[in-house]
Amino acid sequence: MPQFAVPEHAEEGKFVGRRITRVENITLLKGKGQFVDDLPTKKGTAEVAILRSPHAHAEVVSIDYSDALALPGVFAVITGEDMLAETDPMIVGFENPIDYRGVALDKVRYVGEPVAVIAARDRYTAEDAMDLVKVEYKVLKPVIDPVEAAKPEAPLIHTKGDSNCVSRRTFTHGEPDDAFAAAKRTNEITIRYPRNSITPMETYAVIAEHMEETGGFDVTSNFQGPFSVHTVMAMALRIRTSALRHHSPTNSGGSFGSKLTIFPYVVVMCVLARKAGRPVKWIEDRLEHLSSANSAPNRVTRIEAAYDDDGIVSALRMEHWDDHGAYLRAPMPAPIYRMHGVSTNGYDIRHLEVVNNIMITNKCPTGAVRGFGGPQLYFAVERMMQVIATELGIDPLEMLRRNLIKAEQFPYKAIAGALIDSGDYHRTVDETVDQGGLEELKKRRDAARAEGKLYGIGYAACVEPSQSNMGYISTLKTGLERERAGPKDGAVATVTVSVDALGSVNVIGDSVPQGQGHQTTLSQIVADELGLRPHDVVVTLDTDTAKDGWSIAAGNYSCRFAPASCSAAHEAAVKVRTKMARIAATTLNVGVDEIEFTKGKIHAKSNPDNAVPFYRVGGLAHWSPSSLPDEMDPGLRETSHWNAPELTPTTANDEINTSLAYGFGFDFCGVEIDPKTGQVRVDKYVSAHDCGTILNPGLAEGQIRGSYVAAIGATLMEEFKYNEEDGSFLSGTFAEYLVPTAPEVPELTLIHPTPNPSPYTRLGAKGIAEGNQYTTPVCMANAVADALGRKDVSTPLTPSKVFEWLHDTEMQPKGATPPAPAKGKGQAIEGVGETLVPASPQEVWNILLDPEKMANVIPGCHELTEVGSNAYEAVVTLGVGPVKGKFDAKINLTDLDEPKSVTLSGTAQGTLGSSSGSGSVTLEAADGGTRVSYTYEVHLSGKVAAVGGRMVRGAARHLIDRFFKALVRQAGGEDDGGGGKRGLFRRGGS
Amino acid sequence: MTKMERAGRYPVEFNLNGEPVDGFASPRMLLSDFLRHEIGATGTHVGCEHGVCGVCTVKVDGKAVRSCLMFAVQAEGAEIETIEGMAEADGSFSALQEAFHQNFALQCGYCTPGVLMSLSEFLGRNPDPTEDEVKVALSGNICRCTGYHEIVQAAMDAAKAIREGAA
Ligand code: FES
Ligand code: FES
Repeated sequence: MPQFAVPEHAEEGKFVGRRITRVENITLLKGKGQFVDDLPTKKGTAEVAILRSPHAHAEVVSIDYSDALALPGVFAVITGEDMLAETDPMIVGFENPIDYRGVALDKVRYVGEPVAVIAARDRYTAEDAMDLVKVEYKVLKPVIDPVEAAKPEAPLIHTKGDSNCVSRRTFTHGEPDDAFAAAKRTNEITIRYPRNSITPMETYAVIAEHMEETGGFDVTSNFQGPFSVHTVMAMALRIRTSALRHHSPTNSGGSFGSKLTIFPYVVVMCVLARKAGRPVKWIEDRLEHLSSANSAPNRVTRIEAAYDDDGIVSALRMEHWDDHGAYLRAPMPAPIYRMHGVSTNGYDIRHLEVVNNIMITNKCPTGAVRGFGGPQLYFAVERMMQVIATELGIDPLEMLRRNLIKAEQFPYKAIAGALIDSGDYHRTVDETVDQGGLEELKKRRDAARAEGKLYGIGYAACVEPSQSNMGYISTLKTGLERERAGPKDGAVATVTVSVDALGSVNVIGDSVPQGQGHQTTLSQIVADELGLRPHDVVVTLDTDTAKDGWSIAAGNYSCRFAPASCSAAHEAAVKVRTKMARIAATTLNVGVDEIEFTKGKIHAKSNPDNAVPFYRVGGLAHWSPSSLPDEMDPGLRETSHWNAPELTPTTANDEINTSLAYGFGFDFCGVEIDPKTGQVRVDKYVSAHDCGTILNPGLAEGQIRGSYVAAIGATLMEEFKYNEEDGSFLSGTFAEYLVPTAPEVPELTLIHPTPNPSPYTRLGAKGIAEGNQYTTPVCMANAVADALGRKDVSTPLTPSKVFEWLHDTEMQPKGATPPAPAKGKGQAIEGVGETLVPASPQEVWNILLDPEKMANVIPGCHELTEVGSNAYEAVVTLGVGPVKGKFDAKINLTDLDEPKSVTLSGTAQGTLGSSSGSGSVTLEAADGGTRVSYTYEVHLSGKVAAVGGRMVRGAARHLIDRFFKALVRQAGGEDDGGGGKRGLFRRGGS
Repeated sequence: MTKMERAGRYPVEFNLNGEPVDGFASPRMLLSDFLRHEIGATGTHVGCEHGVCGVCTVKVDGKAVRSCLMFAVQAEGAEIETIEGMAEADGSFSALQEAFHQNFALQCGYCTPGVLMSLSEFLGRNPDPTEDEVKVALSGNICRCTGYHEIVQAAMDAAKAIREGAA
């Protein structure tokens, strides 16, 4: 029998609160899901491949795609030029110097940026064509770190502006300066939160077709919303929003925020479809997804706290450098503003200063990632709390308790504007500590420490916001700018419930699920209202913007479903119920108040035998409008556009109720660090979430456990890495970007605390899907800090990083400026080796300097031409692991000392990326011929760099092996298939 | 074996879930693409196309195989099993599918066909596994939604149900 941690809790005869198994499973478990790439396409639909930039920052000097277009089966190619001619920039919520159109215009600004987009009869042909596009770049210096990017000497990424900081705002809530001046104590730390994303298993997918009738486009994609972005797409395409008809399919293979930023690709595919004169389909591949789809913004935060000797915090000051990569895509920079109202987390802190620097760097543009701004913020706040506790010698848990908002203070108006609806934080903490066995864990820690082990305990609390206020992003503007733009607030959810002529019930809605079980939940809610069973209710959640009810807030993000869509479903069902009750009251000859809906019947409360079947009442509304009560419209179809009045606009002094409902999470954990390897072993992890009413405990538990494991990835292993020098991207496969697999997940002790339903949502439900994104990284970081007695910790807590800390446990001096970023390890591949060639040094020399002979020796070389004295150009095809491509190489020979030594240096450019390198070769007469010794060093960027050093190193050794085998052959020796005179061949290392 | 032309298309025939199927494939066409786009068996998904995520797992001659790491032409004459063939003949869930259903062991369901194919091979080899053995058996299947806990529970329940059914 299945074992669950979240209990069922349902009213007698009701389905909400029960662990109803998912209706979605029926098709999914049989492989009959309908994901975008499973849908039939029209005959003649082209498939698309995208040529992407190998450089982090470069001018695009020229693009020549004539050869690609000439390849049989290629229909169309578009570049930035087409986008410039046929689209307008994709705008964000404030003025800035960025001109973003989805394909590079004059410059490339991150590795992976689209440069040319090709439609062909199939993907294989499109990829072949990609190799035939010639792009000339002039490489510029990139900037990768957001604090560096803010400096005046940093390379300017968008030259229409004058700084890489595109927005800077200072917010003052309460009297922070006075509070800091009056405080007995202050302390400050700087946090660096890394880049990551939850990388859904299904990548981006878009099918687009030009519709001549409307002048617009028909699109199917796994876009997740918010649909406010629909307007951005239509405006960019210069069409009416109604002429952009967007469909989302029944199934989407996970999103976790990432399928918001599919929208630029929708715009690009529309332009391509029009040029190709046929529908086009693009399925993103994994390298594209990891390098170029989406990332949470990495962030540097300097946080300072003012407090007294008891650890009561009176004020916080934070300055954030929020790194959004090369472009801003709507609704960016939303994550930082989504959390603004809860900048003080769950603490009763009444003075606050926040400075937000929105930074542009040469990295992938950001988007939504589960947790949406929360992990970055709470990492800073919760680390600060632990640092203060350590300084004062207070138990960190006691420190939290002293500062948490008290039960009697709810609803609590946080100083930055969040109206925190309900909670009993102290009780949640107490229940978690008791049921999770904290005392026992402390004993384990003491015992471990007594044995000399490195053991620590960490805590973290978080407020979990759900259902975003569509107005919060306007907080970025000044009060005056907001006044000019007009008010923005609210968040409308739309659900329609209809009953047909035979009384069967249909529900449609705007929630765009990606696996969360929305169909099941909505069927429970509607069934309860109408006295039916969930499987009597058919819920259809694929969307069609031309036919369905939707508003700008539609979609699946920021824990919107439980507060918003469920409220709308409830309201629509109540409307249907009310109408049916009126009809039934006439038939049953009782007052409307007397009517009840139970088990498929509508009956009088006091006399259940005075009843009429549900379907009959439904039928009446269709078959016999004349028998309906006076002035009642025929038919039974009710739509709710539900909005909460608590979601008010930003006030003149920048207070904003960023979300509607606020849950609460509290975690603690014990970790042990292996001093030999730096490995963090999680001894115990306990987590509790109060998300108000639980609609379906099976689904809620799935969301918590899923969030936990995603957070384990972010905490221990996941990071999008860039080379700090040249900006190349280093995490392009799942072998480089490590995500948790089943054996790596520490067990979760899940506590179910007493729920505090939200007074502002229809069913009292709050979001549940993001909690561990907030708590887990900082909870474990606090534990590691506790184990090591260290102040400066950051995620991911990889063994190599923790190992370094073990040998450097210095506390960071107070008031330190943000530390310089750790220089990313270069992707240099180095090696040395030697081999014996059966020819004299002079003969070997002659081969090395003869272009024709060298062409035979260089692996994969098609042509080699001498272009100057000791300068050559070559075309070579090389493959590394799963990727293979053509490179144009330039080679120079210098320091010629005939016939003894020569230095080779050069560059190679191709669709897979670029490289530069140098090597020296020494020839020495030896027994049996010439001993050729060599050293080399190669730097890589682009796709080859992204697929990972490991594979590239192996490939480099293999190539050199092939080179010398061929040299031996050329010199007249035997190629014995075993690598020439293998005995003398020493493999290069790195 | 005769050398195949890159641009050529070659006939491929194999048994898919016990039924003969055939189609044409270029030499470089992956088995995953062939199943999905030539045969129309879209139950097998792809998640990485570089052999790491396990989403594309199918059974070839009884062995769990990543169909993104195999060319369609290599499947000539094989017995291939995919998710579409897993349910009972009357359309009801197999024990493994039922255990997934009862345990909430899937969310988006994108990884699920690969997970089920891996587990069905594994439980065939090891009908009475420990939880840790199940986890190791799953180490080549990435799921970004569930957190694995429910998947492991489902596998344990399925193993028990299969053992009891066979007894
Ligand atoms: S798609 Fe085959 S292993 Fe990932
Ligand atoms: S259920 Fe979505 S990836 Fe596993």
